[in-house]
Amino acid sequence: MDIGKDLVAASATPLVLAILAEGESYGYAILKRVSELSGGELQWTDGMLYPVLHRLERDGLVKASWGESESGRRRKYYQLTKAGTAELEAQKKQWQIVNKALRATPFHSK
Amino acid sequence: MIEAQINEWRSYVSRGRAIDAADVSELEDHLRSQVADLVKSGLSDEEAFLIGVKRLGQLDGLSHEFAREHSERLWKRLMVPDAAKDGGDWRREVGVAIACAIAAGAAVKLPELFGVSMQAPDADWFYVPNLSFFTLPFLTAFFVWKRGVSNATRMGLAAFFLVGALAINLMPFVQGGHTHQLAALHLPIALWLTVGIAYAGGAWRDQDQRMNYVRFTGEWFIYYVLIALGGGVLMATTMFVFQAIGLDPEKFMQTWIIPCCAAGAVVIAGMLVEAKQSVIENMAPVLTYIFTPLFTLLLLVFLGTTVVTGSGIDMKRESLIGFDLLLVLVVGLLLYAISARDLNKPAGFFDVLQFVLVICALLVDALALWAILARIGAFGFSPNKVAALGENLILVANLGWSAVLYWRFLTKRAAFAPLERWQTAFLPVYAAWAWLVVLIFPVVFRFV
Repeated sequence: MDIGKDLVAASATPLVLAILAEGESYGYAILKRVSELSGGELQWTDGMLYPVLHRLERDGLVKASWGESESGRRRKYYQLTKAGTAELEAQKKQWQIVNKALRATPFHSK
Repeated sequence: MIEAQINEWRSYVSRGRAIDAADVSELEDHLRSQVADLVKSGLSDEEAFLIGVKRLGQLDGLSHEFAREHSERLWKRLMVPDAAKDGGDWRREVGVAIACAIAAGAAVKLPELFGVSMQAPDADWFYVPNLSFFTLPFLTAFFVWKRGVSNATRMGLAAFFLVGALAINLMPFVQGGHTHQLAALHLPIALWLTVGIAYAGGAWRDQDQRMNYVRFTGEWFIYYVLIALGGGVLMATTMFVFQAIGLDPEKFMQTWIIPCCAAGAVVIAGMLVEAKQSVIENMAPVLTYIFTPLFTLLLLVFLGTTVVTGSGIDMKRESLIGFDLLLVLVVGLLLYAISARDLNKPAGFFDVLQFVLVICALLVDALALWAILARIGAFGFSPNKVAALGENLILVANLGWSAVLYWRFLTKRAAFAPLERWQTAFLPVYAAWAWLVVLIFPVVFRFV
């Protein structure tokens, strides 16, 4: 199923933060995890993830560091910061509110 | 196979202006992980690469996303060369440049130690002809250091400066006479082209180096003007705040700050152009693109008016100098348009415009020459007239042959490169003429 552009953009931040809450990760693995978690229904263009990660890095929600992949390539790893954890909590609440409101409408029962 | 493809992809992605080297590495890691996974699931290398690239998104879309996140990267920054990579070199370069600039500033005040005050009534006749020597040796020293030129070249450079200094100060000029003025005017041109030898690291025969020096000259001039504007604001503020506490710093500013800083800024502007050549788009060609159409229009209207009204050019004493300046401008426009041109691009509208500009300039100058020759016939030669005429002929020779080369290029009978070669090959002619006016003219015209 195609998910609208706006919703993909809005949900990118909490999804990335939540995945990083599981532990340090890197771009490609995050994408694979997104697709895995959504049962393959959420497909992001790969290139779009990096600007999101860079924005989170600039806002201090994640911390980036260069490391190495299994095959010895340079790889940029991302890690949740304290501010990122707090932001994830806040976003979670916001999404629950939206979810709850939607569930209470005929929109849900249809 | 796949490595070559990934390298190609890398250089393609690097072209996106908002994507820097670290981003490319990150994306490359992504692409490689993706390709590895796809190969594992049974695809061939090539298929995996194609799908991986496609998933990463088209470059345009990708750049766009990056640009939204990193908009500041579109405004390339001047003063931040890759600090991690060459921080030490850069700091040393700034240090040497500042030392050279301070030396230049000190040089301005040196004559006062020998009793030649800037305030003296005839001080101008010492300071103005010697202007180059307070500035250009230090710019040269900076390049000698930076390029590490050979000893032979160093000696050559020193010889040029020495000859210039001896000639302008020891020849028995009538102070403020025609030949003195002409020599003072041409010495900076001659010495500026000498700086070019240091700029090229001694390889002044190299045509590409010559073109680089032309580019450097344009950018240097723009930087110098910008620094001067900033300096003006600084001066005005200084005056204002000191006057507010009842002190008048005007005399101090005029005898110390302004001359010393103006000399030092020559070196600083040179260093800045060196630092940013790889960072920012050149400015001089941009101005060229703005003014070429305007000058073409001006000349076309002027020619049209002379034809319609039938009025000949009334040559006064200074008129020929004016037409020389016009030709200098056209040569400058041509030179800077060439300096920014991709030599392999086919002829476009702008080339036609340049060609029309050159032809118009030649026609206008022919009218002027016609008038001046009549005048010389009637009143004989003077140093000024000979200098103006000589310059005119040199510029006409340059533009005339440029027009021929341009015509061949426009009619697809030749490539563009010969036009660039012609311009760079011509630079020594300017130098030779400038030295001629400095060294030979005074003797021929008996120092009047």
